[in-house]
Amino acid sequence: MAAFYGFAPDNPLFLGTAQYPSPAILAEAVRRSGAEVVTVSLRRESAGSGAGQAFWSLIRELGVKVLPNTAGCHTVKEAVTTAQMAREVFGTDWIKLEVIGEDDTLQPDVIALVEAARILSDDGFKVFPYTTEDIVVGSRLLDAGCEVLMPWGAPIGSGRGLNNPYGLRTMRQHFPDIPLVVDAGIGLPSHAAQAMELGYDGILLNTAVAKAGDPAAMAEAFALAIRAGRLAFAAQPIEARDMAAPSTPVMGKAFLA
Amino acid sequence: MTASRPSHELDVAVAGAGVVGLACAVALLARGARVTVHERGAHVGAEACSWYAGGMLAPWCEGESAEEPVVRLGQEAAAWWERHAGGVVRRGTLVVAPSRDRAELRRFGERTSHFEDVDGAAIAGLEPDLAGRFSRGLFFAEEAHLDPRRAIAALAERVLAQGGTIRFGSEVEPAALDAGVVLDCRGLAARDVLPELRGVKGEMLILKSDEIALSRPIRLLHPRIPLYIVPRAGGHFMVGATMIESGARRRISARSMLELLGAAYALHPAFAEAEIVEIGTDARPAFPDNLPRLTRRGRVIHVNGLYRHGFLLSPAMARMAADAVLDPHLRPEMLHDLAA
Repeated sequence: MAAFYGFAPDNPLFLGTAQYPSPAILAEAVRRSGAEVVTVSLRRESAGSGAGQAFWSLIRELGVKVLPNTAGCHTVKEAVTTAQMAREVFGTDWIKLEVIGEDDTLQPDVIALVEAARILSDDGFKVFPYTTEDIVVGSRLLDAGCEVLMPWGAPIGSGRGLNNPYGLRTMRQHFPDIPLVVDAGIGLPSHAAQAMELGYDGILLNTAVAKAGDPAAMAEAFALAIRAGRLAFAAQPIEARDMAAPSTPVMGKAFLA
Repeated sequence: MTASRPSHELDVAVAGAGVVGLACAVALLARGARVTVHERGAHVGAEACSWYAGGMLAPWCEGESAEEPVVRLGQEAAAWWERHAGGVVRRGTLVVAPSRDRAELRRFGERTSHFEDVDGAAIAGLEPDLAGRFSRGLFFAEEAHLDPRRAIAALAERVLAQGGTIRFGSEVEPAALDAGVVLDCRGLAARDVLPELRGVKGEMLILKSDEIALSRPIRLLHPRIPLYIVPRAGGHFMVGATMIESGARRRISARSMLELLGAAYALHPAFAEAEIVEIGTDARPAFPDNLPRLTRRGRVIHVNGLYRHGFLLSPAMARMAADAVLDPHLRPEMLHDLAA
């Protein structure tokens, strides 16, 4: 079981807390999924004034580990400031680092990401960087002090699943000992299972659960899929092949015609 | 007690002259109670988040994210408002999305009912100024809207006309009020006694334009920033509203302003030339399930948590509050009893 900065959850679903119909439904989704970590985005305007207290209390009352994130930040400075505020509000040095480079795809600005990761790691943060499946960028993030990498499956909120399974597989092979989490783009439990079957250590998602017709049931479905995928990876799947390979020997069968 | 009033009349004090406080006052007066409303503000709407409401009576659209009671209870709103305040416009709601966000339209349709799919020609028929701008939409023909400021002013007049009293500039401690029953309708100000209550900040704009006319609320779907525009008299348009987990009641952020104006501009470029008449912000009171509650604690009943559904749910909540006040044996569905 992979450890994320020393924390080894039984259930590696990282569940986002935005866009639910209500905080009560969010709490039910967390409970039914058994998620042990939730991510929370921090609006700087609320952090500065403390006006978001009521919602943050609800998050803390979920009784799970909180991974604050810098969602919506576009520059190194914004991301660093937001991370520092999040550390104060939630009393944790964990931070999901998101630096957006392009507004339509919400694609990470990997250059700014590496810089912000270095600043925050040097400042004692445990950084979970939202990145692409680029292994060179991944290496730079590790050099900057990250001990976890979180490549995207597809653009945030798109629900498209794994756009580049080849790239994700390469990343897994290239960083065999680094905890890897697919973050963003997951739409269906089968997408999450697929990532886990590739050997990923966790799944971070939000929209696919929050915007489902029944978020709590969908959260549970994801937890089951993640468990299935992880079990399948550990069980060493067979290789796909082009020709049929009968599971029962045909030699020696009686001819009936 | 005066000679003209029967001695069995119940004395009810209402704290808060926002939309639900006034609706409760009207409902109780109609059923024979004596009602005094205490409002901390200097006039109707001065301190009420309902002042910044959209005024959409759209139970089926709200079903996209709200739970079943909102859809069901909201269906009594349009007739109630027509009867008690007038000014209800029954022209439905039009939901549109840019072609690249067509998936949002499908999702909205899957979560809601009581609509028909409309194509570009039908959209142009409903809203001629939107001709050629959207090729797909959903039309909720049975929905309605009103001007919330006119509506609460009309309710306040009705309270007075029915013999009720409204005391402005009267900030009260509901439990200390001398009345047979106290309805605490103070919204977010009741957090001291309803610790589960939280604020969800909303920001809105009022624009003025003579270049565009709309007949009904338009909801513009977008995966990140769904917004709506409600036409009002005199070429005014209410553009709303953000939903931010924050109890802050004032100050709009530049980001929210961009989002609101961006939505208006995406709906129709003519809004780029519109005058910004007003910027409004306040926080909606909400419980963790985002559903309203009657919370009974001895002779005080807290009516709160109407969230973004003040005008949609006040009629039903006022009906239930009146039931709970006048017949202690009744158990309206949204009632929670607490030890006194």
